[in-house]
Amino acid sequence: MMHSLLVEGFGVQNWTYVLVGITFTLYIGIAIWARAGSTKEFYVAGGGVSPLANGMATAADWMSAASFISMAGIISFDGYDGAVYLMGWTGGYVLLALLLAPYLRKFGKFTVPDFIGDRYYSNTARLVGVICALIVSFTYVAGQMRGVGLVFSRFLEVDINTGVIIGMIIVLFYAVLGGMKGITYTQVAQYCVLIFAFMVPAIFISIQMTGNPIPQLGFGSQLADGSGTYLLDKLDGLSTDLGFNEYTEGSKSTIDIFAITLALMVGTAGLPHVIVRFFTVKRVRDARKSAGIALLLIVILYTTAPAVAVFARTNMIETVSNKPYANVPEWFKKWETTELIKFTDKNNDGLIQYVADESKNELFVDKDIMVLANPEIAKLPDWIIALVAAGALAAALSTAAGLLLVISASVSHDLIKKMINPKISEKGELIAARLSAVVAVCIAGYFGINPPGFVAATVALAFGLAAASFFPAIILGIFYKKMNKEGAIAGMVIGILLMLFYMTKFKFGWFGGGTKADWWFGISPEGFGTVAMIINFVVSIVIMKFTPETPKDVQEIVEKIRIPSGAGAATH
Amino acid sequence: MSEKSNAKAYWKENIRYVLILLAIWFMVSFAAGILFKDELNTIRIGGFKLGFWFAQQGSMYVFVILIFVYVRLMNKLDKKYGYDA
Repeated sequence: MMHSLLVEGFGVQNWTYVLVGITFTLYIGIAIWARAGSTKEFYVAGGGVSPLANGMATAADWMSAASFISMAGIISFDGYDGAVYLMGWTGGYVLLALLLAPYLRKFGKFTVPDFIGDRYYSNTARLVGVICALIVSFTYVAGQMRGVGLVFSRFLEVDINTGVIIGMIIVLFYAVLGGMKGITYTQVAQYCVLIFAFMVPAIFISIQMTGNPIPQLGFGSQLADGSGTYLLDKLDGLSTDLGFNEYTEGSKSTIDIFAITLALMVGTAGLPHVIVRFFTVKRVRDARKSAGIALLLIVILYTTAPAVAVFARTNMIETVSNKPYANVPEWFKKWETTELIKFTDKNNDGLIQYVADESKNELFVDKDIMVLANPEIAKLPDWIIALVAAGALAAALSTAAGLLLVISASVSHDLIKKMINPKISEKGELIAARLSAVVAVCIAGYFGINPPGFVAATVALAFGLAAASFFPAIILGIFYKKMNKEGAIAGMVIGILLMLFYMTKFKFGWFGGGTKADWWFGISPEGFGTVAMIINFVVSIVIMKFTPETPKDVQEIVEKIRIPSGAGAATH
Repeated sequence: MSEKSNAKAYWKENIRYVLILLAIWFMVSFAAGILFKDELNTIRIGGFKLGFWFAQQGSMYVFVILIFVYVRLMNKLDKKYGYDA
């Protein structure tokens, strides 16, 4: 008995229960310690978060199930093309730090629709802002819940729907209780968990394959087998042998790569749940600094992801390609039960043919499983495999919580307090905020159980929506004093409608549908946010020229937000 | 200098910094990583083709540096114009 325990070890599943249990207890503990007593604490954590804590929280808020679970997987299948996510999801922070964060912090409000409504002196603009924020956030949060379900179903072997419900309860608990304050400090813990969980297996595998402990350098190094071959050259060779494009070349058109990268960058800078983080620091200079810290912490994971992609791709091809199906490792069978790996022996030779030619290919591997399966494929110890599960949950939960807060603040603050019932008491508003968080979690859970597509695809579209609606309105609001409400409203409405039209036409087949050949200018729905954003800018400026000028007092407010000193606390 | 012209001069310098930094932002990502990737790929550093490296590594390191440079420049600028209170 003792002997068999030692040989078998503690097991992946037990390790997962232990690690997930410890981390969840930690999150709940923090939530109880940091519960919110006022609306100011609920919306912006009281406005006194240090730049480092805010940077860590922003990084965790930002890195979602898509970053942790899907991104390296997509890169490992798309090769060079995966760079759109790497550059797109980091480059946006440069825009955020240079063009948005300091000024929005100086403006000193609670939400993005708040800024839109006040800067454009119009409750119509505020309402358009609220609707855009809700569309963007729900599109995004659905992907997170699906990620939570995926991890639970594979590692704890519960039904994917049960997994989603467990995730909902946890998020509900600390988002409703703690508001922004609870979320911020939980996210600090979640950043630590997720970065550790991502880096440890990457470092192990990097040493295993190349002898270099730094994955960022490892994937550009020679193989550890003494052959003197560079890892990337080997992978290029393996890929072309199987009929795929060279890994380092990719297959998307240059214009599409350009458009997707720009849409993701601009979308990042326009996402309400990211922007709102910069309302939580004390001074304007802290807003700039915490954008830098956040990006630094994000880039640690983002520069590791392409290395993980190369390791995982090479390992996977070598483990399964042309190997007898009867001898596949245990992880292969386990993922088969979730139907995220499928094998059909088309030519009945008992071997796994994994090739680019669809008529001959016998293996389907879901992109979402690469990061989760990677430590198993590399035969790493059980506790590391379990750690990855805990990290994936931290990533999904932290982002979901941040989004839920945006949704609840949009409803309780922007809709109820600012538009429907301005006389609502502080206490009443806090209750409304908590209730709307509950409703939002339930809707998000519904989407998690009935997912609209796979994680990253859904998330990528949320960026297009943010790029098409908020980004131009905020930029013009700060850098163009004369921009008036008519222009901004028309721009946002036309921008987001156009993006919704294009996305539903080509993703869901509405409005007659269409295929790749019908794309406008050869730009995919993921990249169309760039086009919709440009049209938003043009419409705003044209409409402005034909409508009444911005009032003088609003122009003076714009002049004030350009100066960093005297940024008071966020006010109603 | 009056308060108004002080603010104007501050804003002008700020915009200049932003434009320079955004030009670099564009060069390392859209230029080096996308538009001129194929040309740069003829150069190799270790196992990396240079265009591929910019797209999947280099651009991101530069982004981080750009923000911290901006933080430094702006902290100095705030001081110069008396907005650091």
